[in-house]
Amino acid sequence: MTDIAHASALDDARASDDANKPSLIGRTLIYCILVAASFVMLYPLLWMVSSSLKPENEIFSTTSLIPQNLTFDAYRRGWNGLSVSFGWMFFNSLMISVLVVIGNLISCSMAAYAFTRLQFKGRGFWFALMLGTMMMPQHAVLIPQYLMFLKFGWVNTILPLVIPKFFAIDAFFIFLMVQFFRGIPRDLDEAAVMDGAGPLRIFLKVILPLSTPVLATAAVFSFIWTWDDFFAPLIYLNDIEKYTAQLGLRTFVDATAQSDWGALLAMSTLTVLPIFILFVLFQRLLIEGIATTGMKR
Amino acid sequence: MTTLALKKIEKRYGATEVIRGVDLNIQSGEFVVFVGPSGCGKSTLLRMIAGLEPISGGELRIDDQRMNHKAASERGIAMVFQSYALYPHMSVYKNMSFGLETAKMPKAEIDKRVRKAAEILQITQLLERKPKQLSGGQRQRVAIGRAIVRDPKIFLFDEPLSNLDAELRVQTRVEIAKLHADIGATMIYVTHDQVEAMTLADRIVVLRAGVIEQFGTPLEIYNKPANRFVAGFIGSPKMNFFDVVAARQQAGKTTLSLAGANVAVPEIETTEGAKLCLGVRPEHITTDAKGGVALGDMTATHVEHLGGQTIVYGRLADAQSIIVTLDGQKTVQAGDTIKVGTNPDYCHVFNTDGLRLCE
Repeated sequence: MTDIAHASALDDARASDDANKPSLIGRTLIYCILVAASFVMLYPLLWMVSSSLKPENEIFSTTSLIPQNLTFDAYRRGWNGLSVSFGWMFFNSLMISVLVVIGNLISCSMAAYAFTRLQFKGRGFWFALMLGTMMMPQHAVLIPQYLMFLKFGWVNTILPLVIPKFFAIDAFFIFLMVQFFRGIPRDLDEAAVMDGAGPLRIFLKVILPLSTPVLATAAVFSFIWTWDDFFAPLIYLNDIEKYTAQLGLRTFVDATAQSDWGALLAMSTLTVLPIFILFVLFQRLLIEGIATTGMKR
Repeated sequence: MTTLALKKIEKRYGATEVIRGVDLNIQSGEFVVFVGPSGCGKSTLLRMIAGLEPISGGELRIDDQRMNHKAASERGIAMVFQSYALYPHMSVYKNMSFGLETAKMPKAEIDKRVRKAAEILQITQLLERKPKQLSGGQRQRVAIGRAIVRDPKIFLFDEPLSNLDAELRVQTRVEIAKLHADIGATMIYVTHDQVEAMTLADRIVVLRAGVIEQFGTPLEIYNKPANRFVAGFIGSPKMNFFDVVAARQQAGKTTLSLAGANVAVPEIETTEGAKLCLGVRPEHITTDAKGGVALGDMTATHVEHLGGQTIVYGRLADAQSIIVTLDGQKTVQAGDTIKVGTNPDYCHVFNTDGLRLCE
């Protein structure tokens, strides 16, 4: 008796489950719509990649994504097209991005540690001030900043792009780390104090090793934002040998003379590649970051 | 072997006084338990001894040296935290060696100490594991091991058993007692559990609202509580407190009037007609008349059978509630009327301020 009752209960459950799942037709329809939407979103990117493989005259003549004459000529032209090899610009971008990541990680983690674990006069005030700097638009401080770097003699070098990062100017990352450090139990600090550790040792041996998630997030975001940054390098880098990849791309588009679209698209594809790889490796991290902070830039 | 002295220790958070003038002298090798209700300041006191909280007033002396401003690690103290506070990213071995590495001890010496402590606590097979791979009891032992390797003069325990289940608690309690017997160091232990206090302590400090209510051996506190609070805090079920009136003083005996019955207790200093409080522990009340002091009739309202004991809750003739713990399994039911009595030695009398009156 109980077996039958039990079996029929199971059947009911299964039936209702099937009823809640959309039918085969429904599911196929939904997937088709999603694929189509994805294709529409990705089209510009796919067009860029496919156009980089087309000869110049074919790029704007068809909307087809399949190149009729596959050629890598655009890549060759783009790489060697400027007075400086594009490889140099990649190298500049890479160097600046890596230095910025290092600077941010070191300085922002130390600032966050001070704000959360150390007691000093006016801590609340300085913390509020730091958060306030997040609301300053870059354009408002641009001119005073430029004048200052001009006085230092740093214009036309990478110093204005890199050195400030070693002084914890990215309030966003400080805030991110502050929130994370607040989640580390103070018990651990106290145990380390009983073990004779001073603040620096606690920071290096206890707090930092436990902070790899937030450090990874800060590193990835730092890299992506610096790699994609066009404005600051534009202002501070004048010589083409010092150009970053973003500046290099712009030189392919000239308002007066003929633009080499193929070369531009080829180099764009290469410029996007590191970001693409980073995204594939760290996508969970990045999506969480965008979802929680609402910031894409 | 180390002595610890607290002289008029005070602690203030802003305008709020949390510890008000605590004086304490702890002998070398003693196991002292700070016990009291939540918020009484026992953890704060412990943390001030450890050096994790600054001392607002008074003096802390270890081995007769002033320690108020000395850093925590220089006081020769090791602490076991309530949450164990193990470093999650380090192995058990590294957790235990961290303090010694900070002190720049030679590697060979560190290894020797860690392995010795691991052996004492039987965690040698766990040395390479991380804390998240350990059970609660094992983590607890690692936390104790971390304290042992530092070879401190004083061990501090902050409610170390509160995160363990009941069975493990009893087991670990025995182990801590054995540890004290083995190492013999001075140990200060904070708990809100009076059973832990009674079983582990050489002497107990009962705290309430930042003040020491009584400092004595477990049996002193049990047999001669200094005031009503201490009497009610130690002992489970709680001591019975009856409102009585001093009826008569004569010939070395004082008679108290309780619910119509006359209770004769050894002489106490009081005036006739004074309102007093008579305290008798549930386990000291009997249903036979052997004690010599009759407390009257009680009507049972609720009975608990524990197998080895029977706890009867009820009311006296004047509706004052009473709890009686009887040995063995008794056939008492709710609604029964029982004659209860006790022994004059087990009677505690307190005045309206809660102070003990008998000697």
